[in-house]
Amino acid sequence: MTAFLSQYGASIATLTMEHLWLTGAAMLFATCIAVPAGIGLTRSQRLAKPVMAVANVLQTIPSLAMFGFLLPLPWIGDRAARIAIMALIAYALLPILRNTYAGIRGIDRSVIEVSRAIGLTDMQRLIKIELPLAAPFILAGLRTATVTCIGVATIAAAVGAGGLGELIFRGVASVDNRLVLAGAVPAAALALLADGALGLLERRLKPPAAEGTGL
Amino acid sequence: MSAAIELKRLCVATRDHRLLLDNISLALERETTTAILGRSGSGKTTLLRTVNCTVEPTSGEVVVNGADARQLDLITLRRGMGYVIQEAGLFPHFTVARNVAIVLEAMGRPLREREMRSAELLASVGLDPAVFARRYPHQLSGGQRQRVSVARALAADPGILLMDEPFGALDPLTRAEMQDMLRVLLARLGKTVLLVTHDLDEALYLADRIVLIDQGKLIADLAPDSFMQSQRPEVQAYVRAYRRGEPRTSNVAASQEGHG
Repeated sequence: MTAFLSQYGASIATLTMEHLWLTGAAMLFATCIAVPAGIGLTRSQRLAKPVMAVANVLQTIPSLAMFGFLLPLPWIGDRAARIAIMALIAYALLPILRNTYAGIRGIDRSVIEVSRAIGLTDMQRLIKIELPLAAPFILAGLRTATVTCIGVATIAAAVGAGGLGELIFRGVASVDNRLVLAGAVPAAALALLADGALGLLERRLKPPAAEGTGL
Repeated sequence: MSAAIELKRLCVATRDHRLLLDNISLALERETTTAILGRSGSGKTTLLRTVNCTVEPTSGEVVVNGADARQLDLITLRRGMGYVIQEAGLFPHFTVARNVAIVLEAMGRPLREREMRSAELLASVGLDPAVFARRYPHQLSGGQRQRVSVARALAADPGILLMDEPFGALDPLTRAEMQDMLRVLLARLGKTVLLVTHDLDEALYLADRIVLIDQGKLIADLAPDSFMQSQRPEVQAYVRAYRRGEPRTSNVAASQEGHG
């Protein structure tokens, strides 16, 4: 065990960092796309169904196939990491999009009506009312997307993008269960850690206790 | 005296051409309270919403302080009208103090002013700011929430108050307290009030004028006294329903005697 760790410890650490980078970059892009898109969909209901359907279809593509599909796209360039990030973004979009949309749509109608009637501008309504009230939902979407991404990112090794999947693939190829575990256990730990941390944040976003004058 | 709000031949239709408001003309004099009375679905709320332009009329005109509402800046217009609805519509993630001062916050007023104003307003609706300012809406009773809602409506000192069945969801005793509070407050502040209600008792107690609408049409526009005397069948139906409670005790006694 010690011998194994001293042999592979360094590469486990490097691959974990790679894994984090792939997932982190994908989540950043996906959030920047899906949250504004989700807000946009609440403004133009007619688009909601078709856009949601497309995101749904993306979600159902088997991950190995997704990496395969993206491989020949010329404009992606030759860097495998970029392909992997693209694929991960595709998976992360739906949960974030759906939860942003549902979170805002789910706000009590009377609250929205009042915020219009008392003269909040559209931007004020979004920033002061809708986003804070939808925040726990949006965060739950981010949480689902992150956990999915961390899992799917192990497949990224198939296109040579690195990450913890590399140990798993190598382990499978050489019938070495220790190598498989060396990839799978850190990946699972990352997923649990991310899930726990975001869950904590989600609870923090529920209305906080008032301090000072209450304003 | 010039009217604060004038509705001229106002029609509102749904997309499938059903008329929600049918040729309503109405002038609300400054610093008076007008009750819009009618059953559920009669168009009362739609009428109220045309005034702050959250519902757009299909035809006709809304004139606010002498100006066509369509020519006015929507945001400014709405900030000049206090708004109270049945379930209070408080923002659940804001404290009571922030709820009260939200219009001032939206107008970019400094924190100090907002603090003072919300404390002053809470006191004027009978809530101790030291106790209530930092609470959240879910920690309040229905009556307290409605008081906060009234305080919020008054925050920017608007000339006009729009109230959509403000006390409809409260128990009769709390409702009576709220009506008392509102009456005192209005006498002191002098606001033009449009009060939508289905409660004739409330209309009689608070309003200078009662407007009855039914199926989007204006049926009667009368002072409270004349309303009770009116010979119009629609008005009489309302008055009869209101008075039904009065002889009931003797009826019950009589029928019990019969059974005995």
